[in-house]
Amino acid sequence: MMFNSEMLTHKLLREYIEDLVANDQRIDSRGFDEMRPIEVLNGTFTKAEGEAWIKLGKTQVLVGVKADIGEPFPDTPDKGVLVSNTELLPVASPTFEPGPPNENAIEIARVVDRAIRSADAIGLSSLVIEEGKLVYMLFLDMYVLDHDGNLEDALTIASLIALGRTEVPKVILKEDGEIEVKEEKWKVDLRDMPINFTFVKINGKLLLDPILEEENVAEASITLAIDKDRRVCSIQKKHGHFTMEEIINAAGIARDKWPEVAEMIKEVI
Amino acid sequence: MPLYVEKKPDVLITEDGVRTDGRLPHEIRPIRMTVGILDKADGSAFIEWGGNRILTAVFGPREVHPKHLALPDKALIRTRYNMAPFSTPERKRPGPDRRSVELSKVIREAIKPAIFVENYPGSVIDIFVEVLRSDAGTRVAGVNAASLALANAGIAMRGLVAACAVGRVENFIICDPNHDEDMWGDADMPMAMLMESEKITLLQTDGPMTDEQFKEALEMGRRCIRFLYEMQKEALKRPYLIVERSVFEQGEV
Repeated sequence: MMFNSEMLTHKLLREYIEDLVANDQRIDSRGFDEMRPIEVLNGTFTKAEGEAWIKLGKTQVLVGVKADIGEPFPDTPDKGVLVSNTELLPVASPTFEPGPPNENAIEIARVVDRAIRSADAIGLSSLVIEEGKLVYMLFLDMYVLDHDGNLEDALTIASLIALGRTEVPKVILKEDGEIEVKEEKWKVDLRDMPINFTFVKINGKLLLDPILEEENVAEASITLAIDKDRRVCSIQKKHGHFTMEEIINAAGIARDKWPEVAEMIKEVI
Repeated sequence: MPLYVEKKPDVLITEDGVRTDGRLPHEIRPIRMTVGILDKADGSAFIEWGGNRILTAVFGPREVHPKHLALPDKALIRTRYNMAPFSTPERKRPGPDRRSVELSKVIREAIKPAIFVENYPGSVIDIFVEVLRSDAGTRVAGVNAASLALANAGIAMRGLVAACAVGRVENFIICDPNHDEDMWGDADMPMAMLMESEKITLLQTDGPMTDEQFKEALEMGRRCIRFLYEMQKEALKRPYLIVERSVFEQGEV
């Protein structure tokens, strides 16, 4: 079998992290249920109608919401359109390569999208300008700038802030079919706050908000979204396996964590 | 369907040479350069220039994948210029278009002469230029930031590459064209120089200029580029500056 230095460092790192976990410790000296500090950067960084550049520890993401108008989908004439896309930019990690989104990027985009959609956080029916004819289309573009683990939670938080800040020009569809774009603005109504919480399992223990090294050595990982009524509104189990008790336990921790993160998001919008 | 319609301003430049954003012909928009803002990249830089926001990162020298691209006697330099979907008034579809392919190439050719490629045979140096917000002059902003990110990554270089665009609006030669001047001006000329020998490594022109105007534009470009070069050096030194003075001021020597 081939054995190289990369495999050796991986093995050493795994043993190191497992030893720490056995003593109830983590690399960055956080508690198992403790999230990294969240920082929201001030400034204008995009031409989007709503944006947020946030740091979750050393992980950095930038989310922009662009608006457009168009016809609704035929099967949902009474709903607006939300399109979510994640780009794992090559600037974010030596392992990310340029090119169209791979399965990881698509999974992350869908996990964030599902949380927002399942809680109907932006109220898709409020995006209707004229039922069956004209609706707002929101493009949620999620950019990963620096990857130090837990992109799901960072992107969800940034997406909620960006959506909550989104303002688009008011549009009226006249009887003769002409579209009038007004100076007046219309603000997206963030009616729920579905926040994703990601856990990894190391040595049988659950760790909230994993950093990259922890993700790399984890036995299993799972992401759960909690809505404003503290219900679990979406789940994505990724690699590995969990017992039922572990998942119930994770949901409990996520429920307890929801208020402080939701409060922070409300404050910065 | 368009939510935003662009309007051409009635006056691009007044008789006194006042531009649509209030600048005079020789004035550059505000610039801020920050180095080393990314953790995982080997080198990085962020430039805010007028309404532009550009993030660059450098990886390498590292192993080439696929292997057959490796050069036996020097480093391979790869550059990608990429615009974010939210960088333009109307959402841009993600992925390369013909413009970004061309800009990736001219940026690479602007930067490459500065790098001692022969120091890193068989390896690759990747330069990524991500336009987060565009407001005229993204390629020159990208060159400045890419050069900073390379220096930040500790790549051996002959010097920094600084860049600025100049242009013509009616009979005025202007530096650092803004969005209006870029859209409706008469000529646009991005340029970059390898400092300190002042060799031109990027020069493109779009729009006619007389011999005299062309010479004036080149000279104005050189002045702007020197100014940017001074800023670049300061941006690179800034994290290390604090130690410098206190020793002498407190009379400890």
